[in-house]
Amino acid sequence: MATTIDRAAKTFLLQELVSGFWLTFRYMFKKKYTLNYPYEKGPLSPRFRGEHALRRYPNGEERCIACKLCEAICPAQAITIESEPRPDGSRRTTRYDIDMTKCIYCGFCEEACPVDAIVEGPNFEFAAYTREELFYDKEKLLANGERWETEIAANLAADAPYR
Amino acid sequence: MVENVVTLAIIVAQIMAIVGPLLLAVAYTTWAERKVIGAMQLRQGPMTVGPWGLLQPIADGAKLFLKETVIPSGANKVVFIAAPMITFVLALIGWAVIPFAEGWVIADINVGILYLLAVSSLGVYGVVMAGWASNSRYAFLGAMRSSAQMISYEIAIGLIIINVLITAGSLNLTEIVLAQQSVWYIIPHFPMFIVFIAAILAETNRHPFDLPEDESSLVTGYNVEYSSMAFALFFLGEYANMILMSAIAVILFLGGWLPPIDIAPFNWIPGPIWFILKICAVLFIFFWARATLPRYRYDQLMRLGWKVFLPFSLLWVVLTSGVLLAFDML
Repeated sequence: MATTIDRAAKTFLLQELVSGFWLTFRYMFKKKYTLNYPYEKGPLSPRFRGEHALRRYPNGEERCIACKLCEAICPAQAITIESEPRPDGSRRTTRYDIDMTKCIYCGFCEEACPVDAIVEGPNFEFAAYTREELFYDKEKLLANGERWETEIAANLAADAPYR
Repeated sequence: MVENVVTLAIIVAQIMAIVGPLLLAVAYTTWAERKVIGAMQLRQGPMTVGPWGLLQPIADGAKLFLKETVIPSGANKVVFIAAPMITFVLALIGWAVIPFAEGWVIADINVGILYLLAVSSLGVYGVVMAGWASNSRYAFLGAMRSSAQMISYEIAIGLIIINVLITAGSLNLTEIVLAQQSVWYIIPHFPMFIVFIAAILAETNRHPFDLPEDESSLVTGYNVEYSSMAFALFFLGEYANMILMSAIAVILFLGGWLPPIDIAPFNWIPGPIWFILKICAVLFIFFWARATLPRYRYDQLMRLGWKVFLPFSLLWVVLTSGVLLAFDML
């Protein structure tokens, strides 16, 4: 009997409607989950795997020694490397291409690299209008390295204790 | 002769003074709706066009204006083009009798509420004509649903209005508002206010009763074949209708332009401002319901209209007239 009255009271007082409306009203004042994207960005982990970059030593020498470990480990076979000895006798790449349309951003190249030359930086905004723009060559990768060196170095330092 | 021209000019100016701000209000109702629903879904709503996305409705309008008007080859051209115009015009002419304050009304006719009921009933013609003239199954199904739904809920609305009429003792909207000086009718007629809000949601084809525009089963319903300005007219008509219905709810239940309590800080604010604030509050209920409630099934909608709202409002009419007669207040 009591439950019948309870049920009837809930129905006639529109209890479910009221609780639903109250819920949405409370949600209206909650913090929004969406970011105002081009002007606001979410936090990125130091391990974030974004656009690739080739780094240099502080003295300006390229780090890459053309060991081709990255090319070998790349599961998407996105990396193409050709190398020759330089006049001073050291082995360096003459060609270092990454096909960014093939790349799956797994980060194996970065892990395979013995000299921290190829890294995936924090940049993820490199969308392009044509495929050709996404075939990165050595020049482009080195330019990326120069552009993002501060962030990349900070991220590597932050992640170093866990490697 | 000169007097006639001046009278005409004054009338046109009065109409413009209502229609101009009304169209702007319609545009910003769409903005407010997107913001409110966004907030309730933990989103931000439009943010890109102008500060806080304030220019978004203008961008939307410009976009629709520049689009091509497509008329389907199987359509009945005259009716197809007339339908959105009818919807839009009917949504606007209701405002002729809405009092913004005492004496602030274009046509102070003594059967104002009947006029409003007639105009809102005619609104279904635009929808039915659009659905028929499109020569498309989805549009036709949407129009059928819309006409059945609007007719069903108009009966409940009519009975609710009768409650207010017998309490106020007048069909004139200004007098109905003035009769609420001691107490707004939302207090004695609270259940009727709830039913009225639900019925105007159905009457304007809004959530949770938006079956005529059911995206998942009818694409978008009666306006599926419309594009460009013809679509914009439907859209504007729908939102102008929402504002009109909110204004009716404010006049019937929330005391029109009267302040909540007739004491110092409240009666400093002029009547039209109160009126607009109350309309905004009712419009907020429209948005709120859209963010909260799932869509009704069609048989549930019909059951609610005929088996719940109709008998309940009829019962309330009997109760109201009984109480008024017993206490000799009729």
